[in-house]
Amino acid sequence: MADLFIGDDLADDIEIAAVAAAVGATNTVVHAGERLVYGGTQRRRDHRHLLLPALHALQNAKGWISPGGLNHVCTLLQVPPAEAYGVATFYEMFRLDEPDYGPGVSHVTHVCVDAACQIAGSRELIAELEASGAQVHRSPCLGQCERPPAQFHQGIGRPDLVPADFAAGGAGLGGSPTEKIPQQGDPSLRLLRNVGVVDPTSLEAYRANGGYQALDRAIAMGADAVCSAVAGSGLSGRGGAAFPTGIKWRAVAAEQGRPKHVVANCDESEPGTFKDRVVMENDPFAVIESLTLAGFATGAENGWIYIRGEYPLATARLQNAVNQAQDAGLLGSNAAGSGQRFDIEIRRGAGAYICGEETALFASLEGFRGEPRSKPPFPTTHGLFSEPTAINNPETLINTLDIVLYGAEQYRRRGTERSPGTKLLCVSGRVTKPGVYEVEFGVSLGEVLALAGPLTGSGRLAAVLMGGAAGSFVGPDALDLPLTLEDTRERGTTLGSGVIMAFTDEIDMTAVALRIAEFFRNESCGQCVPCRVGTVRQHETMLQLQTAGGLGAKRRKLIEDISQVMVDASICGLGHTAASAINSAFDLGLLPGGRNDDN
Amino acid sequence: MVLLWGSNAREAHPIYFHHVLKGLDNGTKMYAVDPRRTSSTKFADAWLGLNVGTDIALANAVGREIIAADLHNKEFIAHATQGFEQYQAAVEEYTLENTETITGVPAEAIREMAHVYAAAGTAQILWTLGITEHHNAVENVLSLCNLALLTGHVGRWGSGLVPLRGQNNVQGGGDMGSLPNKFPGFQDIGDPTAQAKFEATYGMRLPAKPGLHLTLMFEAMERGEIKGLYVIGENPADSEADVAHARKVLSGLDILVVQDILMTRTARSADVVLPAAVGWAESEGTVTSSERRVQRVRPAVSPPGLARQDTDIIGDLANRLGVDWGNPTPQELWDELRSLSPMHAGMSWERLESAGGLQWPCRDLEDPGSPFLHGWLWAEDLEGREPAPFSVCQHEGPKEKLSAEFPLRLTTGRALDSYNTGVQSGGFASPIRYGDSIDINPTDAHALGLADGQRVRVCSPRGSIETKVRIQPDIPVGLTFTTFHFPELIDVNQLTNPEWDRRSGTAEFKAAAIRIEHLHSNGAKPMTDDPALDLERTTEPANG
Amino acid sequence: MTITEVSVSLTINGRAVSVPQGTSLLAACESIGIETPTLCWAENLTPVNVCRVCVVEVEGSRALVPSCARAAEENMVVHTESPRVRHSRKMVLEFLGSSTDLSQASDLAVWMRHYQADPNRYGQTDVPAERIVEEPKVQDDLYVRDYDKCVLCYKCVEACGDDAQHTYAIAVSGRGFNSRISTEFDTVLPDSACVYCGNCIGVCPTGAIQFKTEFDMRAVGDWRPESQDVTTTVCSFCGVGCNLELHTQDNKIVKVTSPADHSVTHGHLCIKGRFGWQYVQPPTVSPRD
Repeated sequence: MADLFIGDDLADDIEIAAVAAAVGATNTVVHAGERLVYGGTQRRRDHRHLLLPALHALQNAKGWISPGGLNHVCTLLQVPPAEAYGVATFYEMFRLDEPDYGPGVSHVTHVCVDAACQIAGSRELIAELEASGAQVHRSPCLGQCERPPAQFHQGIGRPDLVPADFAAGGAGLGGSPTEKIPQQGDPSLRLLRNVGVVDPTSLEAYRANGGYQALDRAIAMGADAVCSAVAGSGLSGRGGAAFPTGIKWRAVAAEQGRPKHVVANCDESEPGTFKDRVVMENDPFAVIESLTLAGFATGAENGWIYIRGEYPLATARLQNAVNQAQDAGLLGSNAAGSGQRFDIEIRRGAGAYICGEETALFASLEGFRGEPRSKPPFPTTHGLFSEPTAINNPETLINTLDIVLYGAEQYRRRGTERSPGTKLLCVSGRVTKPGVYEVEFGVSLGEVLALAGPLTGSGRLAAVLMGGAAGSFVGPDALDLPLTLEDTRERGTTLGSGVIMAFTDEIDMTAVALRIAEFFRNESCGQCVPCRVGTVRQHETMLQLQTAGGLGAKRRKLIEDISQVMVDASICGLGHTAASAINSAFDLGLLPGGRNDDN
Repeated sequence: MVLLWGSNAREAHPIYFHHVLKGLDNGTKMYAVDPRRTSSTKFADAWLGLNVGTDIALANAVGREIIAADLHNKEFIAHATQGFEQYQAAVEEYTLENTETITGVPAEAIREMAHVYAAAGTAQILWTLGITEHHNAVENVLSLCNLALLTGHVGRWGSGLVPLRGQNNVQGGGDMGSLPNKFPGFQDIGDPTAQAKFEATYGMRLPAKPGLHLTLMFEAMERGEIKGLYVIGENPADSEADVAHARKVLSGLDILVVQDILMTRTARSADVVLPAAVGWAESEGTVTSSERRVQRVRPAVSPPGLARQDTDIIGDLANRLGVDWGNPTPQELWDELRSLSPMHAGMSWERLESAGGLQWPCRDLEDPGSPFLHGWLWAEDLEGREPAPFSVCQHEGPKEKLSAEFPLRLTTGRALDSYNTGVQSGGFASPIRYGDSIDINPTDAHALGLADGQRVRVCSPRGSIETKVRIQPDIPVGLTFTTFHFPELIDVNQLTNPEWDRRSGTAEFKAAAIRIEHLHSNGAKPMTDDPALDLERTTEPANG
Repeated sequence: MTITEVSVSLTINGRAVSVPQGTSLLAACESIGIETPTLCWAENLTPVNVCRVCVVEVEGSRALVPSCARAAEENMVVHTESPRVRHSRKMVLEFLGSSTDLSQASDLAVWMRHYQADPNRYGQTDVPAERIVEEPKVQDDLYVRDYDKCVLCYKCVEACGDDAQHTYAIAVSGRGFNSRISTEFDTVLPDSACVYCGNCIGVCPTGAIQFKTEFDMRAVGDWRPESQDVTTTVCSFCGVGCNLELHTQDNKIVKVTSPADHSVTHGHLCIKGRFGWQYVQPPTVSPRD
């Protein structure tokens, strides 16, 4: 591309090797000879999606992205440096200024400061780590809410890792014998049936436990019948929006003449959410099989997994599963004998909550800033690379295995009429047995909390955060709430991504609410005014609440006004929900009451 | 599909290139043919770096391949063209292999470009001075026209032949009859009907024989047949090829009158300087763009000092010479033109007010104008015209061959922020101007022991200049390049070849043979005959 | 969007409207004389719909929709003056006014009065409202970038990139409130890819990027838009036929733009057209000085 102006800074050998390892021998511009060079718009577009892996490689190699390293990547991929810089600065995991860690620093320790970890002592952990000389980064939710306060080590010149994976007895690819979920081995489990039971690193073990029967069945049924079964099952998206999966697949299946994609949205970042991580780490082949099934059903040849960067174990296990599936012919030019090409590429996110929003995820995967796009048009016609795309999260995907194997009718026997099936819940906070639980839709909130054992802390329930930071608080009076899509909606709350976070009455809820406000301020992508400025003004008002011990009439009006514009006029779900938990906290009286002055 | 041939439109025609970019974004393919890997070519799907002056060979090879692969539009050829058989026979020797040898472009790339061009639904060939500033400029153009005739990529919306004009009114100048053999509206001098019409309107007899174009004028001046020259808005003392020779010729005139907005080198050597208003910012009138679009220019500021409108100066001059042309307004002048030039007849002053102007031919007030030409090729009866002829063009190469004494090829071109001899574009502080320099490939630089930024002497058979080296990987081995924007710094036209095309009158600016010498302390020569010029506006009439 | 001959009928503020299919709601509103505030929209750029000041209420749609980017559909029922719409527009204006310097965004001032926006109601002494605070970047003789006036409308990025120039010298960097328009590593403009076409200036609605001439004249209080004339003419620097709008004050050219509706330029120019006029009036030797 012309006008690609590259500065004088050069990459060093370490950076060059790291990038080569990440993106291969890619050359967007091909010098076919002294007098013949191939390049152009199409080649540039074709290679842009390698930007994020290349930036990861640079960051990992040196602990930052140097001007020389960025220049190298920009030359290789023909990305304008200003754009690449704009992309790199978008993500939490990348830094663009040279750190002065001193010699021998092999990683930066990310410590989660979001609610579950906040109330479990992340502040004290950070102080401790910093006192010991560790490089600490305060991170938004790391998706390990069942083992707070959570840590993640971002490696410098060595792979990233989660210390807890080693503490639990061997991470790597070898399966650990320890308990992964409280219900481990329970015969009634459907989605979690393999977790902790079947070796997650072995295709053979997966097959021995019924793996890939669903895909075989799907191929025998034909794509249309698969779409019908999924539609008939009433399965809806488990990420929070609850869009009917069958309708989505049908829409993509109906698109002809353009490349099509299925994407597994593994960018699980909603504070309080960790169910997909548990599934991916412990049953990765189910994710691969169900994504392949989605590809078959929709006629898409390209499968993508976009997984958050803070999930190194899940990434490794998924990659291992993809490799084994490729070797076994379950992926490739005739995937599982379907007669259809299907392959899967894995992409790591780099720390951006917004990239869980499907259109932001596409932008990120394509090598752009993870900014949401306006809908319409919808992903089913204009998704990844503006091509028809079905995007689902792992929980949604693995539901389809049972639907195909046993039929929609059988599937509907669990759950309720309008919320069929089972649901994974991420139970955390002040409970004895935090973890991922699989329950039928319709069990009550109280029953779920009971499953997780007695409350800890003061033992007196003050509130439950439903659906994460984007969800809302409910009070102890909501223990009878049946956990279905329809009942939660009716009661003005949400199941969202399945977060059930318990708070007992000794907890400083103002601090929790303040952190939620700060979370949205930090995670707003900045694209639209209502969210970019609104989340800042909301956070400032919450700071005033904390300093002043309450809000006068004007400030309360301000909170309402800010909330209203974010809900009404933001581009995407982040802005739409950024005020919801805080509003509910006010409504429940969890925050200091109003003052009588009017400031 | 776009075939960009001998044009660095990204820099020389940036806003035109925006339109090309829009096409590329929408999936249009672009192949770029240029000796240099210019910024334009970097947008292309493929850059074919041919040897300077081998365009005809490449075009013929493309034509031959299209025929050999049976991709030519036989129906169109039969309907709208003539001379195909002769063309086919003439290009037969331009096999891919032979042409690779001549042009330096790999055979496979030539083949690919031929196939993509022929197979495209719509295709355009765009060119600029890379095609026309050669001694065989007209043949170069015709060799490209052959490709359009071969494929039918002409005379249809989205397809065609697009020469990009370098100046805002070079098309308009021709339209208005500033050609030695034409009246306004491209009516032939000597054609009895046209002659009668113009003589009746002008009220005088007009020469029935064509005059001389610029290159022939210089030859006539050299022979002493032309003794006086009236130069309006041209800077030949900087812009002519082999400029040292041109300056000598100018200095031998009995009288040189220069009408200009700035004290150019030519103006400084004039006997009389007539300060003029800036056409586009200080005058009322029209200009005609590359795509035959006539648009209004309007005065935004008043001219400084005693500078006057060109029309007033010319009118007064006529008056002194004994003819009273009155004091016509620009609109009255325009209306006179409309009465004489049928292709402008529909362009009323009022209609030209509309955004975007009008494209000729525009024959009456109802005529919307013509976005493209040559649609008649597709008419059933060819609108009564003769079928379009194929032209037989043979490869010849640059007049000036490389030799042991002058082993490097020098070609010239534009840079984005500058314009022609720099008299206008030198007026603002461009942060991207890199100034005078000669671009050379790292390999050649290494062989010659040259470092980036080093000052050197560049010699051609006609002269030598001093400049600095800019090492550029984008220029092939054996080729060098410089812009012509800084004559006061790098007098490149001291080097260029005045060999010119007998039909167009254009000199071979694009292909000189040079060598590069290290400067030695005792060999430091002044860069130019004159010190650098401070280009002031002309505000007072002057007698030199 | 493609405008076709097929027309669609909708209702705006209770009035029946018929427009060609593909027409934006913004244009549909304009067709019946309803004025809509815009900031990130421009007729020569693809809508990015980020500012949200043009939102309208479409019945059946949960959130408000950006009128610049949403096409009119058959039977749509649109409201442009509902309480929700007025509230969102007012809040967007307040948010911008409370965080950026809008002193040179004269259009916005009118709308702020219209919606009774009060940017001063944010922040208290203990927690002041955060503002964008940036020093003007004066890095060459042609441009000044003064990013505390920047509302992040993305127009300059679009004009520098996909929508016109394809140079990509600037992009949005950072995230959230810390997002800025920036070159790579915030390198100075002359060392960036910038080719000084000035198309960013041409589309900037707030004066965050402006001609150095304008910046200098403003600095000495000599910038007087009310006594400026605009003359449309044709650029002299090549044969493409770009229309120039010469902005003149006291018989001097002070700024150059191009009409956004011109079929050749679409409002965009190159460095020569935008800045090459200076030879007409070189500051040191012009007798008019």
